[in-house]
Amino acid sequence: MSLFSRFRAGLARTRERLVGQVGGLLQRHGAVDAAALASLEEALLAADVGPATTERLLERAQEMLRRSPELELRGALEQAAAVLLGGAPGAAPGVRFEPAGQRPWVALLVGVNGVGKTTLAGKLAARFARESRPTLLVAADTFRAAATEQLEVWAGRAGVELVRARSGSDPAAVVHDALRSATARGTEVVLVDTAGRLHTKHNLMNELEKIGRVCGRVVPGAPHHVLLVLDATLGQNGLQQAREFQRALPITSLALTKLDGTARGGAVLAIVDQLRLPVSLVGIGEGLDDWEPFDPEAFARGLFE
Amino acid sequence: MFEALADRLQGIVRNLTGQARITPENIRESLREVRRALLEADVQVGVARDFVARVEARAVGEEVLKSLSAGQQVVSIVKDELEHLLGRTPVTLAGSPHVPTVVLLAGLQGSGKTTFAGKLAVWLKARTKRVLLASADIYRPAAVDQLERVAEQAGAGFWRAPEGVLPVEIARGALEQARTRGFDFLVFDTAGRLQIDEPMMAELVALKQAVRAHQVLLVVDGMTGQEAVRIGETFARQVGVDGLVLSKMDGDARGGAALSLRQVTGKPILFLGVGEKLDGLEAFDPSRLAGRILGMGDIVGLVEKARSAVNEQEAAQLAEKLRRSDFTLEDFLEQLLQVKKMGPLEDLMKMLPGIPKAALEQARPDNGRLKRHEAILLSMTRKERRAPRVIDGSRRRRIAAGSGTAVSDVNQLLRDFEQARTMMKRLKQGPRGLAGLRRGRG
Repeated sequence: MSLFSRFRAGLARTRERLVGQVGGLLQRHGAVDAAALASLEEALLAADVGPATTERLLERAQEMLRRSPELELRGALEQAAAVLLGGAPGAAPGVRFEPAGQRPWVALLVGVNGVGKTTLAGKLAARFARESRPTLLVAADTFRAAATEQLEVWAGRAGVELVRARSGSDPAAVVHDALRSATARGTEVVLVDTAGRLHTKHNLMNELEKIGRVCGRVVPGAPHHVLLVLDATLGQNGLQQAREFQRALPITSLALTKLDGTARGGAVLAIVDQLRLPVSLVGIGEGLDDWEPFDPEAFARGLFE
Repeated sequence: MFEALADRLQGIVRNLTGQARITPENIRESLREVRRALLEADVQVGVARDFVARVEARAVGEEVLKSLSAGQQVVSIVKDELEHLLGRTPVTLAGSPHVPTVVLLAGLQGSGKTTFAGKLAVWLKARTKRVLLASADIYRPAAVDQLERVAEQAGAGFWRAPEGVLPVEIARGALEQARTRGFDFLVFDTAGRLQIDEPMMAELVALKQAVRAHQVLLVVDGMTGQEAVRIGETFARQVGVDGLVLSKMDGDARGGAALSLRQVTGKPILFLGVGEKLDGLEAFDPSRLAGRILGMGDIVGLVEKARSAVNEQEAAQLAEKLRRSDFTLEDFLEQLLQVKKMGPLEDLMKMLPGIPKAALEQARPDNGRLKRHEAILLSMTRKERRAPRVIDGSRRRRIAAGSGTAVSDVNQLLRDFEQARTMMKRLKQGPRGLAGLRRGRG
């Protein structure tokens, strides 16, 4: 039996309880099928949206239904999710991961271990290189074994230069030197791949803070973009991660990797909801071109597919 | 991990007190909270529902016992079910009767397979096994280099196939190497893959056969959310999984993935990965995790950690001191010296029960402070350490001068000491202390 049909089979029991919770409210304002409601709630939960944000989305959808009764519940929920993610019709375009006049434009990729920072750094470097913007990759992961070698391969694929340091050296010093040379050479884009770190490790978070300070000392205003990289399979810990990284460095936007699997990445909804951080791009594979700018509507639809 | 669950249950089931019997009506709110807490802990929604249904089935009709608060009663049912789901007894990695035992590591990209390979090598080495590491990851740039470094750090054997050799051939070669060079274990690392990637899943099946894997371990990121179920189910069905490993468990994720994975695979969780260093591997203990889920802390883990750093006797003394509340600065000093040997304090403090996260934040000692503390404690007389009450203003000034610190540092130490003492007291008075942890099934 497929997982989905198991969800279905089990739904009957939960249904009653849910009708009591949200269904009752909704039914007062128009006919909403309790079964449909339960299955949509379950879809959101199964997409890692988390109980609190799921509740909030259901409430917002219900408001929408009250105002425009012609909407369907699923459509309203998709819209509520898209609006939350910055996809409101007529809204300002979301944050983009690209320079806005600064030179060099310095971007840091940060996140916990294994989310795909290095792979994403390689893809983004390739993109800027293709736009003929002089780009420099900085391997600031001096801790993980062979992290620099990994980025080196990506730098080769992307056709950009790489600044590397000896394993175990101070990443802030590497960044410092890289930015000095980028400034001297007139490099346009500097992408700094930092070591993965759990947000609970204070020393490592302090190190990140220091990297940020060093950037600003060499290039005024840097880092211009701090990209927090999250894995689509991530659960409710995402919010805590974002909060702690935010404490060390001002996060500019979120990137969601590994969206080519079946994981929906709904954890970002809670982050966007609570911390008001925009999502700028998504990773969808291991190839050089496997990334896309974030599309709130498509993402919201994906939550229910 | 699941610390919040116990607090919430203790709170919400208060309304049961005074009722004669647990009924579907009076337990409804509690069950809703259980479900919500499980969902917040990343337990998959279907698994959470089944779990709640089992708790309900067991609880309804039970008499509300006079001796226990109704809250504790529900908590004990939840704990029992948690233990049941996590597996009653710890399971360790099984060796094969035929040397070498081949352990194949599988999982998604970034789940921590390569780091775990190194940790497992260290773990096996400590059990006097000779370990060979090899990797079939020809996809991720520098993946094999990473394993080579890790093998070097672990002091394990390493074998690299010539450039251009395909994964299945690498598997055969690695097995051949392990056999002819007389290794006890071959730990075979594979490329990360999505469970929906059919060619890659087929490759994994072929690798399993080629390397004659005795144990296939599925390595899953401990921060994984709902996807854990699909990962576990697909790898188990298509490849066959013998055991589970949860990585990155040193973070503050609640680790509900553990429950989901157990439920869908039925396989034991063997190890928890904690930290990036190669000694960061813990044998998984279900009852310990269930206790941790309920906020009872991890005294056993703490003592075990102490044991690996200090000798048996010292460890027993430390455990004893943790239980006692007549805790003096003398003990504090001794503990400080031991703790210095035990590694990152953050890890240790997380194992203590009943300490809210905010208090942990506050109490997080930095290493500079540790050094100052040591100096201050050593500048005290034995009498002062044994009876801290006598330390008045003039003694504080003398101690500060003697240790090259400021009076404010001395005050800080005394405050830290008080905090530690409060912790010890809480430990002793907790709803169930050490005894409760060891009691097992209630």
